Amino acid sequence: MSDATLDQSATRWAGKSDGEKAQADLNFGNVPPASERDQDDPEVRAGQEARLRHVWAEPKGWRYWSAVNNTEVGLWYTATSFAFMLFAGVLGLMMRVQLSAPDNDFLTASFYNQVYTLHGTVMMFLFAVPVFEAVAIILLPQMLGARDLPFPRLSAFGYWCFLIGGIFVCGSIFFGAAPEGGWFMYPPLTTQERFSPGYGADIWLLGLSFIEVASIAAAVELIVGTLKCRPPGMRLNLMPLYAWYVLVVAGMILFAFPPLIAGDILFELERLFNWPFFDPERGGDPMLWQHLFWIFGHPEVYIVFLPAIALLAMIIPTFARRPIVGYSFIVLAAVGTGFLSFGLWVHHMFATGLPAISLGFFSAASEAVAIPTAVQIFVFLATLLAGRVIYSVPMLFVSGALAIFVIGGLTGVMVALAPFDWQAHDTYFVVAHLHYVLLGGMLFPVVAGVYYYWPMMGGRRLSDKLGKIAFWLMFVGFNTAFLPMHWSGLIGMPRRVWTYPADIGLELPNLISSIGAFVFAAGFVTVVWDVLRPRKGEPYAERNTWNAGTLEWLAEVPDEAWGVRSVPIVSSRYPLWQQKNFMADVDMGRYYMPDAEEGMRETMVTSVLDAEPVQCLRVPGPTFMTFWAAIFLGAVFILATFHLWTLTLITAVFAVGAILVWLWRGTAMQPEKAEKDVGLGLKLPLYASGPKSVGWWAMFITMTGDATAFISLIFGYFFYFTVSPVFPPPMMAGEEIGPGVLWPLVALALFAASWLTAILARNTNSKGAVGTARLLMGCGVLLSLAASAAILWGPYVTGLIPTVHVYPATVWVLAIWTACHGAAGALMLAYCLARSLAGRMTPTHDIDIVNVALYWHFMAGTALVTVATIALFPLAV
Amino acid sequence: MLVQRAAILVPGWPSSPQLPPARSSILLRPETRAVESLRPARHWLVVVCAGLAGCTSPQSALDPAGAEAQSVATLFWVMLVGAVVIWVAVIGLSVFATKIRPGAYGEKAGLRLIVWGGCVFPVVVLTALLVWGLQMMPVLRAEANGPTIAVSAERFWWRVAYGVEGEPGVAKSLPEGGVPSANEIWLPAGLRSEFLIGSPDVIHSLWIPSIAGKMDAIPGRVNRLVVEPTKPGVYNGVCAEFCGDAHAQMALRVVVVSPEEYEAYVARQGEPASVGADDEGYRRFMENGCDACHTVRGTAADGMVGPDLTHLASRRTIAAGTLPMSLENLASFVGFTHRVKPGVQMPSYGMLAEDEITAIAGWLETLK
Repeated sequence: MSDATLDQSATRWAGKSDGEKAQADLNFGNVPPASERDQDDPEVRAGQEARLRHVWAEPKGWRYWSAVNNTEVGLWYTATSFAFMLFAGVLGLMMRVQLSAPDNDFLTASFYNQVYTLHGTVMMFLFAVPVFEAVAIILLPQMLGARDLPFPRLSAFGYWCFLIGGIFVCGSIFFGAAPEGGWFMYPPLTTQERFSPGYGADIWLLGLSFIEVASIAAAVELIVGTLKCRPPGMRLNLMPLYAWYVLVVAGMILFAFPPLIAGDILFELERLFNWPFFDPERGGDPMLWQHLFWIFGHPEVYIVFLPAIALLAMIIPTFARRPIVGYSFIVLAAVGTGFLSFGLWVHHMFATGLPAISLGFFSAASEAVAIPTAVQIFVFLATLLAGRVIYSVPMLFVSGALAIFVIGGLTGVMVALAPFDWQAHDTYFVVAHLHYVLLGGMLFPVVAGVYYYWPMMGGRRLSDKLGKIAFWLMFVGFNTAFLPMHWSGLIGMPRRVWTYPADIGLELPNLISSIGAFVFAAGFVTVVWDVLRPRKGEPYAERNTWNAGTLEWLAEVPDEAWGVRSVPIVSSRYPLWQQKNFMADVDMGRYYMPDAEEGMRETMVTSVLDAEPVQCLRVPGPTFMTFWAAIFLGAVFILATFHLWTLTLITAVFAVGAILVWLWRGTAMQPEKAEKDVGLGLKLPLYASGPKSVGWWAMFITMTGDATAFISLIFGYFFYFTVSPVFPPPMMAGEEIGPGVLWPLVALALFAASWLTAILARNTNSKGAVGTARLLMGCGVLLSLAASAAILWGPYVTGLIPTVHVYPATVWVLAIWTACHGAAGALMLAYCLARSLAGRMTPTHDIDIVNVALYWHFMAGTALVTVATIALFPLAV
Repeated sequence: MLVQRAAILVPGWPSSPQLPPARSSILLRPETRAVESLRPARHWLVVVCAGLAGCTSPQSALDPAGAEAQSVATLFWVMLVGAVVIWVAVIGLSVFATKIRPGAYGEKAGLRLIVWGGCVFPVVVLTALLVWGLQMMPVLRAEANGPTIAVSAERFWWRVAYGVEGEPGVAKSLPEGGVPSANEIWLPAGLRSEFLIGSPDVIHSLWIPSIAGKMDAIPGRVNRLVVEPTKPGVYNGVCAEFCGDAHAQMALRVVVVSPEEYEAYVARQGEPASVGADDEGYRRFMENGCDACHTVRGTAADGMVGPDLTHLASRRTIAAGTLPMSLENLASFVGFTHRVKPGVQMPSYGMLAEDEITAIAGWLETLK
């Protein structure tokens, strides 16, 4: 069976693999509307359950890997990120062996540098962030009573990108080719061939850029999921706290990762093509990387920490046997933390010689973030105080997390103070601080989450006995390993040293740390064993085994693939506690969508604020297309690392092709009827475009991230303007300054024209003038290609050479960015034209052109800002 | 001959069974104690942490010998006490809530706890701390009243020039001139000296924990760090920003002396070396091209790539704080450079005959 048939709908693949008879029994297409069924009739329910089970069943055999449902993808994602974590943990232990004694030679300097770089990189990029996304992909739909996230195939695509990129980055160390510049990769050490020969830095940059794509994809998915896939009645202020945190964190990813991607672009252009962004000899400045990196890097810490706090916010009320105390406080605190975290990045740069006024401001901002953090901790304490706490293994890990994290927070208050940071910065004190924050604020809560949610995932409880052993080994081991590091840092041990001299007091704290690290590792291995050990004989846990109050505990044991039997109406924060007969009503299918009448995977879409039902969304089923798209896109990044340009271009074409095929077959599908009865007398449309549709939101959110990356590049231009005595430099400012004014303005005019054609095409299409719309789309393609050429022609014809100085390099990078977006815009219009010609886009079914028109709004803004910056701004100064 | 050379020059580092233990320890063990004698335990903090080695160390931020390190150490101890009190209170509260009086309080008490514990208390404490911490800054880094010293951090050593004139700022390189030296900085006690810090290659960071906090050396910029050492003695400085393979062995010594001794020292450093041109070691030094990188003022050696060796033997260490100065260590660094300091830029001269190496080392040792 080819991918073509796989893609069409759940029915078709399932039908063919299971035979026509099964299909007939399930009676797809001939089921009466849900509102007319008697849910008290067991036969009716049995039929509904059989259909739901059939539709949501995971594919069998090797096709299992074509699954896209959140349950499977979430599980793979979680398992893979833990595997990377164990790998990075082994690297950590190797470092501790090397540092257990002064002047040790267990590892060479160069290999040690690779080990510590990869330890940090893998822990941050391949564990801490992905595990949040992984867990959220599993839990979020369950908590929202949704059957799946709105873009299951996007999750699957993200997962495959993550797996390929992760293996590429981790694998490099087995060839001695791993990056060795530290996880923040400061140039010029890492940009210039003479300081960092080989492929290490390229592997870091391109491998991680690829993974960042996956992270942003997941962020888009999670934001749209939280905003649009809540059950009816679950207004924003009734959302489970976890969903709030997902919203905050995914939003942060959207604004934090793009600056890093912009930095990566500049960085890789310098490494591959010698464009001097960070080379002070040619006007560049290594500080720009530090700004871009930490504008990403500091929010990153909270991106890692907040989701774990979210797990605590779910676990603590359950064991305190009461709703959270101070719901509004914790929500505001989470939003406040997310917001403030973007204003602190300079505290990583206190020793770079910035003016005292900046240091003062960023010290104050860094102290300020302790306040919302304290609010969150005190919300937990207040809930414990007002509840009657039942102790259990998850709570043990929660207490451990609290004890450790509070220490990390307090040392954070210390290092936020610039004068103290001048001493502590880049020493083992900071190593201790960050591990207290990240393990207390992330790893311990995640393990608490594993013990808490495992009965839901695996059907059985984990062992209490092993859990306690694991906890004490981890807790004692952790403190033994990391508490002495505060000391070794302050008595003079810098970070990132592969060895240290004897007799300045560093032997003892280092030896203790090394012993503690192994005890800690033993504890973690116990957790892994507890999860993986065979437990066939053990009985299943009861459903809702901890007697919790939120929707995810509707999950049946053993689990059913449909997620939730019927989509409930929610009117409280803890429906299982606060709504009478709730679980039984859900199970009896007395709420919405108790059936899969047409054999399609469906979930409910509601409005953003009040969660009023707006659409019954058909979600796509299994496909290998996302897998191929990820393989080809991964190949683009990997081949580019090794400068194999021809192959890179070929695979890039394949990657774009695979994505187009995936979109063509799996998105904006026209339903067989306009609306459908979803039960309780409610009829919902099956198709929606514009702000009602999930696709429009996804485009909007993606383009917000894209615009953030673009603004980061613009920031780069004005950063050079600020730090250079004269910018553009005099040698460039002869008769013509930079790219000239003419061609950029021509490009702007052409971009404006193509923007107008996109808008007009959308409007005329919806009015039924399909012919005019097609003509406009065709013109739009040509106009935007011409615009892209014109924006490149400016710097080309004025002879700007990007390798000479940072000024032409910056102009070129902005022009290329805009031209690439113009080309993408042309491709999108061509795609809409093809959809229209193929009859897949009509005046009523116009998702494609509506979303493309939205893209063009952003595109027009990009063109305007680019032209204003490169052509008009030099005239003004 | 070959066998004998192998025995001396090719042992594993840091020690090898092939090497006689006594020789191994002289040749290869890095300097272990830079302080001639431990300074008297005058400060009360030393008493507090007696028994913890870090408190009497030439490299400890908690054994201050400078005005800034002193203030920051006090700041740290106060913050530490505060942190311990807060931690005990928070953990005590959670134990109280869960074990001692479970269920004794209602939601109202909980909300009060959030407002007072989570909002009011941190606002008050953090504001106070911020005011105290930030008002230190202008005092700690006030204008200098002592010498200006250029420090160029280079892979993987420190180029020093005493008595330069210049301004800090963006996109500039360090000022030329001054009295050149390397890997050892002398400072006058009681005066505020100014370092102008730059780098020609990658980012480094100058950190002398006992005296002051660190300051990055960034290519294309000149940073300024004013330090006020208060206690005479010898202290360790290190590179605190990862700069490549030999980052861990990019150290320096800081010698704090009276202003008079400082003046005398700089004057002495300014003089050319007093060596005869017919010295065997000097001839070998020139023959093997050492002068391509190293300057020995008063001779024909005028390379600018590596450290100035004019008064090499007057320094306490070689290879940027890696080994104590001695004839044996000079020989071992020339002979198996990359064992002593992996990643160092200087090529290894292990191919030279042992007597050649000994001659060069012997000559270098005369450069007092």
